[in-house]
Amino acid sequence: MSKQTQSQSQSVDLSGYDGVNFYDELIDENGKPREHGKVLMDYLSQLSTSELKSAQDAADLAVKEMGITFTVYGEGSSIDRSWPIDIIPRIIANREWKQIEAGLKQRVKALNMFIDDLYHDQKIIKDGVFPKELLSKSVNFRKQCVGITPPENIWAHICGSDLVRDKDGTMYVLEDNLRVPSGVSYMLENRSVIKRVFPDMFEQMDVLPVNDYPSQLFDMLASLSPRPLDKPEVVVLTPGIYNSAYFEHCYLAQEMGCELVEGRDLVVERDDCVYMKTIQGLRRVDVIYRRIDDMFLDPEAFHPDSMLGVPGLMRAWSKGKVTLVNAPGAGVADDKVVYTYVPDMIRYYLSEEIKLPNVDTYRCYEPDDFKYVEANIDKLVIKPANESGGYGLLIGPKSTKKQQQETLAQIKADPRNWIAQPTLNLSTVPTIDGDKIEGRHVDLRPFILSSGQSTYVTTGGLTRVALVKGSLVVNSSQGGGSKDTWIVD
Amino acid sequence: MLSRVAETLYWTARYVERAENLARLINVNNLLLMDLPKGVSPGWEPLIDIIGNRETFEEIYSDFSEKNVLKFLTIDSRNPSSIINSLQYARDNARTIRDVVPREMWEAVNRLHMSMKENSNSFLSKRGRFASLKEVINQTLLIFGTMDATMSHDEGYFFWRFGSALERADMTSRIIDVRSSSIKDDHIALPFENIQWMSVLRSLSGYQMYRQKMGVRIRPGDVLKFMLHGEEFPRSVMFCLHKLKSLFINVPDNAAMIERIDHSITELEKQPVANLQGKALHDYIDELQIDLADIHQQLSEQYFLH
Repeated sequence: MSKQTQSQSQSVDLSGYDGVNFYDELIDENGKPREHGKVLMDYLSQLSTSELKSAQDAADLAVKEMGITFTVYGEGSSIDRSWPIDIIPRIIANREWKQIEAGLKQRVKALNMFIDDLYHDQKIIKDGVFPKELLSKSVNFRKQCVGITPPENIWAHICGSDLVRDKDGTMYVLEDNLRVPSGVSYMLENRSVIKRVFPDMFEQMDVLPVNDYPSQLFDMLASLSPRPLDKPEVVVLTPGIYNSAYFEHCYLAQEMGCELVEGRDLVVERDDCVYMKTIQGLRRVDVIYRRIDDMFLDPEAFHPDSMLGVPGLMRAWSKGKVTLVNAPGAGVADDKVVYTYVPDMIRYYLSEEIKLPNVDTYRCYEPDDFKYVEANIDKLVIKPANESGGYGLLIGPKSTKKQQQETLAQIKADPRNWIAQPTLNLSTVPTIDGDKIEGRHVDLRPFILSSGQSTYVTTGGLTRVALVKGSLVVNSSQGGGSKDTWIVD
Repeated sequence: MLSRVAETLYWTARYVERAENLARLINVNNLLLMDLPKGVSPGWEPLIDIIGNRETFEEIYSDFSEKNVLKFLTIDSRNPSSIINSLQYARDNARTIRDVVPREMWEAVNRLHMSMKENSNSFLSKRGRFASLKEVINQTLLIFGTMDATMSHDEGYFFWRFGSALERADMTSRIIDVRSSSIKDDHIALPFENIQWMSVLRSLSGYQMYRQKMGVRIRPGDVLKFMLHGEEFPRSVMFCLHKLKSLFINVPDNAAMIERIDHSITELEKQPVANLQGKALHDYIDELQIDLADIHQQLSEQYFLH
């Protein structure tokens, strides 16, 4: 920087940074960088504020030009919006990451055994570990799946678990997404944007790569083919461009080199096999990575008026002619009430103690828990058991009396479908806001792939950040952004 | 290749090509009007007929002023064939096949659409207009170039090229039709006839190539021959038909399509195009357009999603 622009070229100043009231991922309570963050901190402090700002602008432009988008429902004409990326990465020490990885593998293994058990003998219920009433009131239990055994007994091949760090520095699992978890493409794109913007930073630090995911995903999908072929036909099934994760569907199909299909491209013939319509006629499909919810998969089995699905798909799947990923019905374990039983599942199926703890959770259908929730609603976060994307959630400390009363009335009407958790002081990461750098709250969504033969966890995952000061809501549909996530030695 | 993807590639190319052709057409008309005296000038009205949306135009606007026509052709979202809409459709289509097309191609389409939306006012100012239209032309060429240089020349690519070739042939026929009928040949206009035919060539970026091929004199018969029968100029109808045929050689189950295109080529060859004038020319162009539409129809029935 030349002297003339000195007024704009003060170096990045973090002296007033609040690392005391929250756990910050980069800076400790004394205002010093954490051990694994020193190199990043040195790099950042050598930048001037104007350099940092122009790097952020470059990232914003790259996002726009690359067309990295997501969709917010109900926005009228604009169906896709640019995906906001904050350029200061979130870093995690590799030492810690290895423990998290082990915890995630343990968790997903138990969850898959749980789902398989529910659709077969239901031993966990017979042994009194999981209450029968919960299952009978589960909205994601599919009776159409009872007795079916998918390859290797795996139902949730792809799991996205949300992790949060509380004030004491402990990493907790907040929820497991086992239906059609999304976000992995943004994890990959964030890295490519940050590489464009800060190429020199990667020379100074050993950041573990993330770009192995598409080939891991493809190998996993191909290994599930019902036909023993060298090149099984793997496709990604999307609901189409109006879906909020359409960008990701495209991205993954592209990265894996397989077809992106819509329901209308597929047909189930009399031999119960699934075919896609090509310019040369019909072509058999072996594995479908479906990004359509269960209820829309097959109008013959579920919603009869679904235009997105493929008539006969469940028949083809139940006869083993095609593999669906994740398997229909896997969402039974994607339920915030079921979540509270994960420690018990791990003990029951694996005879192990949970490695990555759950957040303390109150089950509203248990009278004592409900009493507590009623008395302390202003301190708790209340969540419906089966919503995602931050919809339907009440943050006690930020809600009005009226909202609290409304939520309590909803809980009373259907206690099975509500849980409550203490309001966590989510950890922060330095984030650019105009000319300032301030702490913003983050979570982390790693993705876990299970083929039955092996389990793979992404290196880090998608860090989502609440861009609004003080906000704890990180969902992109609610004004959140994201950060590149670095696992460093 | 999925039928839906083949169809989408085809339409994306048509929309990009349409945006490019329209940008050229407006630029040339702009230049032509500066050369012609008021009484001779055909004004902006013929452009509305070339793209064939007179009814929509008349519903929205009360006269064919430069301002209205330009707005309608470039940034008016109520005109299905405006440049902005063509690019919007191209982008919407490209977005559904992002997994198939080279990433750079998607980025180029996305960028063009974005900059057009952000700079829409520059199309309305006399000064900004030329540069903006030129930018549309440059960026569409970049899109075609990117596809050519970075996409595997497989079936998908062929469908992309079909879309482009058929749209071009269609636009060439429209330009000839409307332009030739608006050329006035009374005694006041006669000295300017040359300039008007020249602008027909320019609308198709064919003036320079015409001179190399047919000589310096601009004769209506020669212009028609060049535009309809020319075997070397990439915007002539004959060239486009040959291109379609050569592309189809690589597509599976192609016998019926090749036969269909051969038929069109033979019919076009038979026409004494240099002698066509007035109503005869107009009638023939009508026939030709129906023929092109029929090629599209057959293509769609055989390969696209039903």
